[in-house]
Amino acid sequence: MTQLPDAEQLALDLAHRIGLYLSEPGRAASCALVGIHTGGAWLAERLQQALGGDLPLGALDVSFYRDDFQRIGLHPETKPSRIPFEVEGCHIILIDDVLNTGRTVRAAMNYLFDYGRPASISLAVMIDRGGRELPVAARFVGAAIDLERSRNIQLERGADGRLSLSLKEAV
Amino acid sequence: MNIHIRNARLIDPKNQLDGRHDIYIAAGRIAAIDAMPDGFRADRTLDADGLVACPGLIDLSARLREPGYEYMATLESEMIAAVAGGVTSLVCPPDTDPPLDEPGLVEMLKHRAKGLNQAHVYPLGALTQKLEGLRITEMAELRDAGCIGFSQADAPLVDTQVLWRAMQYAATFDFTVWLRPQDAYLAKGGVAHDGEVATRLGLPAIPASAETIALATIIALARDTGARIHLCRLSTRTGVELVRAAKAEGLPVTCDIAIHHAHLSEMDIGYFDANCHLVPPLRSRRDRDALRQGLLDGAVDAICSDHAPVDDDAKLLPFGEAEAGATGLELLLPLTLKWARDMGLPLSAAIARITTQPARILGLDSGHLSPGQPADLCLFDPERYWKVEPRTLKSSGKNTPFNGVELQGRVRCTLVDGQVVYEGA
Amino acid sequence: MNNPQLDKNGELQHLLTIDGLPRAMINHIMDTAASFLNLAEREVKKVPLLRGKAIFNLFFEPSTRTRTTFEIAAKKLSADVINLNIDASSASKGETLLDTVDNLTAMQADMFVVRHAQSGAAHFIARHVAPHIHVVNAGDGRHAHPTQGLLDMFTIRHYKQEFHNLRVAIVGDVLHSRVARSQIHALTTLGVPEVRVIAPKTLLPSGVEHMGVHVYHDMKPGLKDVDVIIMLRLQNERMRGALLPSAQEYFKYYGLTVDKLALANPGAIVMHPGPMNRGVEIDSDVADGVQSVILSQVTFGIAVRMAVMSILVGGHA
Repeated sequence: MTQLPDAEQLALDLAHRIGLYLSEPGRAASCALVGIHTGGAWLAERLQQALGGDLPLGALDVSFYRDDFQRIGLHPETKPSRIPFEVEGCHIILIDDVLNTGRTVRAAMNYLFDYGRPASISLAVMIDRGGRELPVAARFVGAAIDLERSRNIQLERGADGRLSLSLKEAV
Repeated sequence: MNIHIRNARLIDPKNQLDGRHDIYIAAGRIAAIDAMPDGFRADRTLDADGLVACPGLIDLSARLREPGYEYMATLESEMIAAVAGGVTSLVCPPDTDPPLDEPGLVEMLKHRAKGLNQAHVYPLGALTQKLEGLRITEMAELRDAGCIGFSQADAPLVDTQVLWRAMQYAATFDFTVWLRPQDAYLAKGGVAHDGEVATRLGLPAIPASAETIALATIIALARDTGARIHLCRLSTRTGVELVRAAKAEGLPVTCDIAIHHAHLSEMDIGYFDANCHLVPPLRSRRDRDALRQGLLDGAVDAICSDHAPVDDDAKLLPFGEAEAGATGLELLLPLTLKWARDMGLPLSAAIARITTQPARILGLDSGHLSPGQPADLCLFDPERYWKVEPRTLKSSGKNTPFNGVELQGRVRCTLVDGQVVYEGA
Repeated sequence: MNNPQLDKNGELQHLLTIDGLPRAMINHIMDTAASFLNLAEREVKKVPLLRGKAIFNLFFEPSTRTRTTFEIAAKKLSADVINLNIDASSASKGETLLDTVDNLTAMQADMFVVRHAQSGAAHFIARHVAPHIHVVNAGDGRHAHPTQGLLDMFTIRHYKQEFHNLRVAIVGDVLHSRVARSQIHALTTLGVPEVRVIAPKTLLPSGVEHMGVHVYHDMKPGLKDVDVIIMLRLQNERMRGALLPSAQEYFKYYGLTVDKLALANPGAIVMHPGPMNRGVEIDSDVADGVQSVILSQVTFGIAVRMAVMSILVGGHA
């Protein structure tokens, strides 16, 4: 069994590469970070800190946009979504913890487009575990990991705020 | 036709018979019990091993829906249902369309029924013209045409002076007045018993006092007029007590209950089951228990089917809008047997309440199998279970609260005037 | 007897009445409604949950308010809404209730929202619809108005947070009120320790205490220590039919005025399912006063109906 990478280190790596992206002239002024609840929102908070703390930060819950509603229904505990900046004309960095089939990202993009027309959306993920079912690609990837379908990888946040990765059996 | 019935368990409450006896039938009558008459040769022998033979059932209320309501049921279908239920005599209420307030209508009905060669039909004549509660009918003429009593069916008779006069007139000729005790105003708009269930389900309600007030009125007028009264379809505990007191006083009062009220209560309405929309309404369990006890101790004289076939469309509506009534002719026997079983009584107790007791109320020398009596018999299997389903019912009315229920007691053969009019499995 | 609201897996197939709904289900509906509340702040106030679904509003009793709230809720879920107002005259032109339902099923309905004058009408329709169709009871006779009961509970939760320490008084025509019956079921299921009804005897159904309420005929003791006051609408026709002598006497003894309101706990909230008869059951000063939460009931009503529709249509893990 492969050793799981250190989540905190991956976050720093991502922040470094996003930082390079932001350093292009005029870019930073029209950028914002949006994390997908729950793991993506944690990661987005960490990245915002690491990038200096002044980028606009939003979070969204894709429950109402999922495509499997007919099959599995609604989870009642949707987290509140907040987009405290103007989406119109914005370069959004959409952030999630694990990229798998691509459906969550599709739902998140639909959600953002309900707010307005962004100038661009770039995807940043801590882990790309493959298994795409839609044409979705991440611009910033912390690590690519091959996993059997029977297992899931999960981002966790400890009481002290430390991020860590763990493996779980798929339900 | 000479018929010999062997191996039957003969239960004849009036003659206090309950045992294995041979029955000999000739020329439409009971020729003998046990001892074969001289020269008797059977044209047909019925082996009734495992079966009970009893007098044909007498049902004090069965609506045949003719004339006027043929879309609900016809004489043909309901008369078949009657004999399939072991009923050889039935009383039909006058609320046909037009109501039975003219001798010609009664004669026609009797003639049609007779022509079908099945159960004997005893029509009740309308007490008032068109059942409107204003003018009395030609009761004597109607009696001559074949009416065995006079009734308002379920139509209200609000003017107590008219009720008083009608009872006096009936008493003149010693006619029995059949009345369903229900105060029209208290019952207005109601579809269920005024209790916990109607409160919870939000159904417009009929309080028990609608029955008890009407009973008190009828009993007081009976006392004044001396009229013979038969009270139809009691439904309340207090009602039973009022009748018990009236009888203790010596008033010529009898009463019956319907099979549904002997077993069901308001709780059976469940999720608005329109099959439980009945008149009178199904009341509380305490009321039901009092009716069952009353039938045991004699305060209640008899039980009847209150057969009221309703077409399917009329029941396929929200509870309050659905037509009231249920099919019952084929359930009279098993449900009466069930009552007796529940109360720990022997079979003969059940049979008495659907044979000798109704005969007494009707003033007929009927409901027993003494030699010389018309051979009206029912042969039934007391052990046999059968499921109540539309396809097992002969009546056009397929609606009953007992749909899908397994009952015990199945009629195998019915004879009227010594002829086999029904044979079934 | 099978609970007709649940499918064979025990999931909610129809919403017909609060009577028999488990507490967990009521909480689930309220939690889901809470997540729909903040949609109002977004630019696009819709979500695509029920896109492609056809919801038919079958209103056999006229009602603009309730029908409009259901319509708004359905549209916010991106559903298609068709309104059918079937008044008595067209029904009497021969089409039976079942024929109407069958015809609409053939038009590919996914959900019926039904309001009818007969108690039990929603149960009746639910018993006869095709298995894939969901029925929401928008009010049947005197029996139930479950979405109103749920939004009233949501309102109480919003202002009072907890149910286990509340005294709630329902004032008015309980006898004829489907709203009151639904509220009573919801309050008792949620564990409210004291539910009171306050009304003259003519407006209380037989044995109402068996539903788990304390009966009062006098507002003075009835409102003492109460945290939530729910006023019921009094219809004009109650003055006929010997139930009440006049609106004036009713208002004097059972209407909610500022003085009567002072009898309750200081932070008590005043609710009303609407529409209000000002000066009959409630004084304008109270209806428009600081303790009144009547307007928020309307807002919450949309979120609660969105929650109900989503839960019915959505699958289950």
